Amino acid sequence: MPTSPVLELRKIEKAYFGTRVLKGVELSLHAGEIHALLGENGAGKSTLMNVLFGMPVIRETGGFSGEVLLEGKPVSIRSPKEAMKLGIGMVHQEFMLIPGFEVHENIKLNREPLLGLPVRRVLGRSLDLLDIARMRRESRESLARIKLEVSERALVADLPVGHMQFVEIAREVDKGDVRVLVFDEPTAVLTESEAETLLGVMRDLADRGIAILFITHRLDEVMSAADTVTILRDGELVSCSRKDETSIPEIAERMVGRDVSTEARTGAGHAPSADHEPILIVEDLRVEMPGEEVRGVDFTVEKGEILGIGGLAGQGKIGIANGIMGLAPATGRVAVAGEELRLNSPKDALGRGLAFVSEDRRGVGLLLDESVEMNIAIPAIEIHGRFLRAPFLGPFAPVDRGGVRRHAKEAIADLDIRTTGPTQVVRRLSGGNQQKVCLARALVLEPRLLLVSEPTRGIDVGAKELILDRLRKLNREHGLTILMTSSELGELRSLCHRVAIISEGRIAGILTPDDPDVQYGLLMSGGTL
Amino acid sequence: MMARAVIRLLSRYAVPILFVVVCTAAITVADMNLSRISTDVLERFFRNLFLVLSLVIPIVAGLGLNFGIVLGAMAGQIGLMTVQNAKVPGLGGISVAVICSIPIAMLLGWLTGLLFNRTRGREMITGIILGFFANGIYQLLFLILAGPVIPYHAKDLLLPQGMGLRVTINLTSVERGLDDVMTIPLRTSAVVQEGTPGAKVQADGSYVKVTRWGEIPMLTLLVNVALCVLIWLLFRTKLGQDLRAVGQDPGVAEVAGIKVNRCRIIAIILSMVLAGIGQIIFLQNMTVMNTFQSHEQVGFYAIAALLVGGATVTRVTIWNAIFGTLLFHALFSIISVAAQNPKLLNSPQIGEYLREFFLYAIIGTTLAIHAWRSRSAARAS
Repeated sequence: MPTSPVLELRKIEKAYFGTRVLKGVELSLHAGEIHALLGENGAGKSTLMNVLFGMPVIRETGGFSGEVLLEGKPVSIRSPKEAMKLGIGMVHQEFMLIPGFEVHENIKLNREPLLGLPVRRVLGRSLDLLDIARMRRESRESLARIKLEVSERALVADLPVGHMQFVEIAREVDKGDVRVLVFDEPTAVLTESEAETLLGVMRDLADRGIAILFITHRLDEVMSAADTVTILRDGELVSCSRKDETSIPEIAERMVGRDVSTEARTGAGHAPSADHEPILIVEDLRVEMPGEEVRGVDFTVEKGEILGIGGLAGQGKIGIANGIMGLAPATGRVAVAGEELRLNSPKDALGRGLAFVSEDRRGVGLLLDESVEMNIAIPAIEIHGRFLRAPFLGPFAPVDRGGVRRHAKEAIADLDIRTTGPTQVVRRLSGGNQQKVCLARALVLEPRLLLVSEPTRGIDVGAKELILDRLRKLNREHGLTILMTSSELGELRSLCHRVAIISEGRIAGILTPDDPDVQYGLLMSGGTL
Repeated sequence: MMARAVIRLLSRYAVPILFVVVCTAAITVADMNLSRISTDVLERFFRNLFLVLSLVIPIVAGLGLNFGIVLGAMAGQIGLMTVQNAKVPGLGGISVAVICSIPIAMLLGWLTGLLFNRTRGREMITGIILGFFANGIYQLLFLILAGPVIPYHAKDLLLPQGMGLRVTINLTSVERGLDDVMTIPLRTSAVVQEGTPGAKVQADGSYVKVTRWGEIPMLTLLVNVALCVLIWLLFRTKLGQDLRAVGQDPGVAEVAGIKVNRCRIIAIILSMVLAGIGQIIFLQNMTVMNTFQSHEQVGFYAIAALLVGGATVTRVTIWNAIFGTLLFHALFSIISVAAQNPKLLNSPQIGEYLREFFLYAIIGTTLAIHAWRSRSAARAS
C-alpha cells in the first residue's frame, strides 16, 4: 500500500487480572483495503476490538498500554460513542437492531435528525420533533449505497435474517464520515449467496476508501475477499502478510500451530485399549442450545478411549455433551452400551451410567452454598440411593453422614482438593478446587462414560495439570471411557486418542493427536482436508 | 390465507370481542333501558379515561402495566385535600389541586423509577407491592400527622378530635368543578302516537317523545383530547423515540447510546403525574372522596379497562385506552342493571360480585395470554 495507514495500533498490551491476553500486538489499516483478522478463540481478537472501541471493560480492568493512531495522530478512545465520532464503526455479529422498529428508525437510532422548534429553548432538545421525512430519505440513500433493495418502511422483524445484517451495515454507512469499519464474523448467520453479496458490498465500501477490518473464521472468504491477513495467536501477532503471499494451509497452520510438546502426550496410549466395542453411539444428534447449536452429528465412542471434541466457540461443541445429558433440548438417536437413551431426560442419562462435569460449574455443576461433602455425595444419593441408612424408607431415608464424610475425605485426598475440610462451603473454594469437586461428584457415580466439558477453563495451571493427569490416570488404570470437550486444542491433543473437530454444528473431521497442525487449522476454519 | 388472518385478528382482539358479545347479549336478554345505560356509561367514561391514559407511556417504554399509579392517585388526593382545606372553589380549586399534586407525583415517580430500575423485568409485581406499602405510609400521614403536623384545619376535613382525616370527605369546593363548566346534553326526539308514556303534545297537535342519552362534559372532553394529542406528539419527539427504543430492546438502545435507566424513570414520572391529575378528575366527578380507599384499586380498574381495549403488556395505543374505557364501563354498568333485573339475577349483591370477578378475570387472563405468547415467541426464535 502506498498510502499511509488510516488506523494504527502499536504495541498494544493488555492484561486481565495478571493474565496477559495481548502481548504487543501491532496492526495497521489502510484506506481501501480489506484486512482480515484471524485467530482462534482466546487469541485476543475480541480484546483488541474492545481496546479499539474503548469498551468500559478495558478501563475497569486497568486499561491497556500501547498507542492507537488515527491518520497518524494518537487518539484516546474512551467509549464506543467516541469511536463512532472518530469514524470507527462496527457491524456486530449478533444483530444490534430493534425488531419492532422500521428500517429507517433502526438506521437512525439515537442519531435522529430533529426539527428544532422554538420551544427548544424551554424544553430542551429531547422534546424536539423527529424529522421523519429526512430520516426516511437519508436511510433510503444509505440502503441504496449498499445496494440493498428493501423499503425503509419495512419492519425489521419481518426481514429475512440475511437482510438484517445489511441493515446494520447501512446504519454504519449512514454514519457518514465512517473511515474504519469492523465486521465481526459477519457471514456466520448468512447463506452462501448472502455471504457472497456481503463480500461484494465490503469490496464496494473499500473501493470508496473505507478501511475494513474483517474478523472471520472462514478461510475461503479470507482468500476471496481480503487484501491483507493478520493472524493472532495467544495474544501475539503471528504474521501479517499480503494475501497473494500466503495460502490457506499456511494460514491454518499459523492459526493453530503451537508446540504440542511430547512430554504430556506420551501419557496417553495411542490406540484405544480393549476391543473396539462401542459404548456410545450417536446418530444425527441435533441440539438446540443457544449459541452452541448442534446440527446433526454422528460418532461413536469406543470403550476405553478418550474422545476429544474440539472446535471454535459457537460452533456447537459444547452443545453435544449437554444434549446427550438432557440439559439442552435434543433430537436424534443416542445409544449407551447398546441400549437406547431417552433424550431430554437427565435422570435417564445418569441412570445409564453417564456422568457429566459441566462447563458451567457454578450454574449447573455445584450447589454453591452446600458443603464439599454434600456436593460430592448428592448425585450418588439421588441416583443410586447410596449413602442412605434404611433405604426402604424411600424419600424419608436418613443420610448416612459418616459414610458421606469418609467418602469426601477420600476424594479430597485423592484429588488434592485444597479445602479447610469436608464441611467447607463450596462457594469459598477457588475455581480449580471447585472443578475438582465437580470431578469428584461425577466419579462418585462410578460412571461407565464420563463427559467432561471445558475442565480447565478459568483455573490455574497447577490445578489444570492435576485434573488432566487425573483424567489420564482414570482412563489408563481403570479403563474409564471419557468424552472430553475443550476449547484448548493442545489439551485435547495431549490427552485424547482421537479428536473430533466441530464446525458449524457438524463434525468437520476426526483426527488423531499426531495429525499435522495444518489439518486441525483447516477443519476448524470450515475447510475440508 | 384469509381465514388465518381472521383467526389472528380474533385472537389479538379476543378480550374486546368477548366483551362486546357479553354486553350485547345482556342488553338483549334483559330488554334494558338503553337511555339509562348510555347516561351511566358516558358519566363513567369521562370519569375514568384520563386515569387509563396515564398507563400508556410506561407500557411503550417497556415497563409493562404500571400498577404503581396508585401512588400517583395518592398525590392527586393530597392535592384535593389541600384545596378542600383552603376552600378554593370550582375550576380554580381544581387547578390548585393539580399544581399541588404534580411535585408530589414527580417525587413519587422518581423514587418508583429508581426502584423499578433495580427490579427490572419484575416491575408489575413490584408496582403492586409498592402500592400496598405506600398505602401504609399514606395512612400514617393522614391518620396521625394530619392536624398536628400537616397544617390542615378545616372542620369538614379533620376528625372531631383534630387529629387525622375523616374517612369520607365531601369535596364541596371542587365538586364537578371541571365537568359542570359546560355540558352538552345528548337528546333525540321522535314523533310518537298519542298515549305513549313520556310523550308531550306539540303546538301542531302531534306527540313527541324526547329521550336523554346523557351529557358530555365539554371541558373534561377537551382535557382528555388534549392529553391524547400530547401523548401522540410525545412519541414523535426525540424523547418519545428513545422511550420506544428502550421499550423494544433496552440492550440495543443502550449500545446506541440511549440512557436506558433515565428513560425508564421519565416514563414512570410522566405516568405518575398523569395518574394524579386523573384521580383529581375522577374524584371531582364522584364529589366524595373515601380518604383511605379511593386510591386503593385505581391501578386494577384502570389496567383492566386498558386491557379490555386490546392493549397487552407490551403493546398499546391511545385507541386501546379509549375503547377499553368505554367497553369496560359499559359492562360494569350493564352488570349492575342486569343484576337488579328480575328476569336475570334479581340481586344487586351478585352484580357487585360479578364486577369484581370480571375485573380480576380480565387482568389474570391477559397476563396469562401474554406469558403464553411470549413463551411461544421465544420458542419460535
